Amino acid sequence: MKLAEERHIAAEPAVVWAAVLDPDVLKQCVPGCESLTGSVADGFEAVVVQKVGPVKARFAGKVTLSDIVEGRSLRISGEGQGGVAGYAKGGANVAMAPAKGGGTTLTYEVEAAVGGKIAQLGSRIIEGFAKNMAGQFFDKFQLAIEGPPPAEDAPEEEQKKGWFKRLIS
Amino acid sequence: MPKDHGIGASVKRREDIRFLTGTGNYTDDITIHGQAYAVFVRSNVAHGRIVSVGAEAAKGMPGVLAVFTGEDFKDVGGNPAGWLIKSRNGEAMREPKRPVLAHGKVRHVGDAYAAVIAQSYNEAKTAAQAISDASVIEELPAIVDMRQALADTSNRVHDELPDNECFDWGWIEDNRAKVDEAIKSAPHVTTLNLINNRLVPNAMEPRASIGEYFPGTGDYKLTTTSQNPHLTRLLVAAFVLGIPENKLTVVAPDVGGGFGSKIYHYGEEALVLAAAKKLKRAVKWTAERSESFLTDAHGRDHVTKIELACDLEGNFIAFRTETMANVGAYLSNFATVTPTFLHGTLMAGPYKVPNVYVNVKTVFTNTAPVDAYRGAGRPEATYSLERVVDKMCRELGLDPFEVRRKNFLTPDMFPYTTPVGLAYDTGNYHATLDKAIQLGDVAGFEARRAASAAKGKLRGLGLSTWIEACGIAPSNLVGILGARVGLYDAATVRVNATGNVSVMVGAHSHGQSHETVFAQIVGAMFGIPEGSIEIVHGDTSKIPFGMGSYGSRSLAVCGQAMANACDKVIAKGKKIAAHMLEANEGEILFSDGVFSVSGTNRSKTFGEIAFSAYVPHNYPLATLEPGLEETAFYDPANFTYPAGAYICEVEVDPDTGKVDIASFTCADDFGNVMNPMVVEGQVHGGVVQGIGQALLELGVYDENGQLLTGSYMDYAMPRADDVPFVTVDHSCSTPCTHNALGVKGCGEAGAIGSPPAVVNAVLDALNRAGKKIDHIDMPLTPSRVWSAMNA
Repeated sequence: MKLAEERHIAAEPAVVWAAVLDPDVLKQCVPGCESLTGSVADGFEAVVVQKVGPVKARFAGKVTLSDIVEGRSLRISGEGQGGVAGYAKGGANVAMAPAKGGGTTLTYEVEAAVGGKIAQLGSRIIEGFAKNMAGQFFDKFQLAIEGPPPAEDAPEEEQKKGWFKRLIS
Repeated sequence: MPKDHGIGASVKRREDIRFLTGTGNYTDDITIHGQAYAVFVRSNVAHGRIVSVGAEAAKGMPGVLAVFTGEDFKDVGGNPAGWLIKSRNGEAMREPKRPVLAHGKVRHVGDAYAAVIAQSYNEAKTAAQAISDASVIEELPAIVDMRQALADTSNRVHDELPDNECFDWGWIEDNRAKVDEAIKSAPHVTTLNLINNRLVPNAMEPRASIGEYFPGTGDYKLTTTSQNPHLTRLLVAAFVLGIPENKLTVVAPDVGGGFGSKIYHYGEEALVLAAAKKLKRAVKWTAERSESFLTDAHGRDHVTKIELACDLEGNFIAFRTETMANVGAYLSNFATVTPTFLHGTLMAGPYKVPNVYVNVKTVFTNTAPVDAYRGAGRPEATYSLERVVDKMCRELGLDPFEVRRKNFLTPDMFPYTTPVGLAYDTGNYHATLDKAIQLGDVAGFEARRAASAAKGKLRGLGLSTWIEACGIAPSNLVGILGARVGLYDAATVRVNATGNVSVMVGAHSHGQSHETVFAQIVGAMFGIPEGSIEIVHGDTSKIPFGMGSYGSRSLAVCGQAMANACDKVIAKGKKIAAHMLEANEGEILFSDGVFSVSGTNRSKTFGEIAFSAYVPHNYPLATLEPGLEETAFYDPANFTYPAGAYICEVEVDPDTGKVDIASFTCADDFGNVMNPMVVEGQVHGGVVQGIGQALLELGVYDENGQLLTGSYMDYAMPRADDVPFVTVDHSCSTPCTHNALGVKGCGEAGAIGSPPAVVNAVLDALNRAGKKIDHIDMPLTPSRVWSAMNA
């Protein structure tokens, strides 16, 4: 299955690019990620807990960043074995460009495949699941950069930056 | 009062007493002292190279007794295909080895590449997971789509073959040019492209096997869920493990449904035997439902183009069929005969069409093996024919009833040799069609349609007229066609000293009611109560020989063997009676259980003769042997040819595309009927499976070869509210001419005749509503029907 989406992030492309390459950001953003170690160059070892329909499993596998075009696009791919649940693998081609009126337009195409018990029991919901996973990933990613949307009575300057932006600014 | 015993009576099924009270004895009910448990490590990928099997991971795990991998079986024989089919160019089919456990490569999701034996099931299962986690399988691109499989020779299911084709079969090749010419010059040609959807057999009882080994004697015993214990013994003994046949007993106790999927020998059976020998203890394996979905041989899966040539009045001139049939990753035992001789030979239907040609290409894919499923080839033939006939009727504006009538063979034409090589012995297709029209109240259809329309529903009426070749089969004929076995059957009738009877029959009963019906026949022949007759089956150490229950053959072949053995018993009884009554053998008459001397009142009952046979105090031993037991092997002279007409009425909801079956009427010719209740039950079951195929069931693999319909959440079985009460009639009977019982077989009929009736009815409903729709592929789910209506 495949899906393509686009979203706007209120930060310069350079900031977004740096975030994509940051292991801490990845760890925070991958839904259900228990641990993530490694580097951009060597790839990451990850443990992710996820529930697909009736099947809940801890997937141990690799996350790889590839096809890197500095500042513009890359591919994030992952593959995990979930023991009795089977396996899941997938990837996202992510591209970023300056948005009109500031910020960054982030586009991503996601594809996912599952095998073994998850495929036999959860195929009906795998598309929704993948969409949901991608949605969660980029929601968290956006949050990490932009910070939470301003609460009405909060002081403005503290709300403008996400933790990643605060870290680098 | 209706007859309550004997031939033709609806005797209640004696097997139901145990089935309905939970006292059946199925393989998984059996526990052998000291038994260990096997769990298989199965591939999660459809196609992959086995880099390493993590067998070490299970060593030292709690309860683990042994681990087997493909390496352990690489030198033993493979599980062979039962039929050798030749391609049009004369080459033999490609027959890759089917190993006990995958070696080198895994070829479908669920392909077992290791097995763990442990003290308990849970320990075996935990260890199997550890092996799976520690194994390295390099995934290769999956071969799923048949067209792509044939086009791309670089990616192959079996590396040792040049491509993914098993064979390219033409039937009859000599007809080809004539058929091509007839189609080219015909006034009208109707073409239909269709898919006969892949089905998962879904027996209620999953497969299970127990292996035992007796070191003191070197004997093996396999208890297994089989429709065919003798064939399993032959395959395991002679082909796979090399055990002498006389050292292996195969027992199939109560078996909870097979529908074809339990005819075949599977690797799990060989594994439990090998493990039992290694460990010197019994080893049991029981499939989980998921394993059944992944590894039971699936059914159908044809992609077909059929052309019908006719004149403008609808007189048939020629049928030409091109089919791709999926055989899956390995050749299951009947995988090569099902799409060929059980399909192509039926492509003349019940019609007097002069020109018929069938081409079938069978294709290896990274999916579960595909083999015979209730009807096996004949539903595919019937579906193609009956669908294209209806399409032609719509194109030419002809009445589908009249077109069939004018093309039917007539009773005076039998015996009739079809252009595809069968010799129909008897039948009356007009009679069954008229009966179906009457019982289905076709005359009242318009009124019912108006009533449906008033409710906002589209009503349609669909017809299917079917014929099959069953009672499989004459050995001399099938030998010529490529069968590697004979297809006779056998029975031993043992009259015990006290006058009751044990009948050892080759045909296994797993829903067919042999225990009841066979006893009716023996009781009628011997003139003794059915309650004193025991039908023994499913144990190779007790029964003489059997070639299995499938192809609607139990009664027509094994039943006839049993009747012949009864005749031999009666002949022997006459000898004994002649001695006891001091008469000549030729003077002895036998009827209603009494041996008498012609023209006198001197007689002996069946029981007295039996007792004498075992207490032969004054026998002239030189001329009269004690005992009263006879065996007969029976090899039929021809197939049997049941036929019938099915009428289905449906209501389609135009807003949702949901199809409801309003009524279903069957008028069948099964020859003589032994037990009408059992026959009706068989037809009900077959029709329900056919409705399942037509409206609900579909086995789906994704492009990676993952089975997406691997549970009942995604694979839709028919439920009670999906099916109507089925009207069944079998009064238009023309007895089979070549077996003495005059029987033809009824087990597959419903599944053969019903799918085209349902689909024709839905298309009729849509076309009457002004939707010009020629075809929707099965299953006709609401989504498919709605999409067709709104295309």
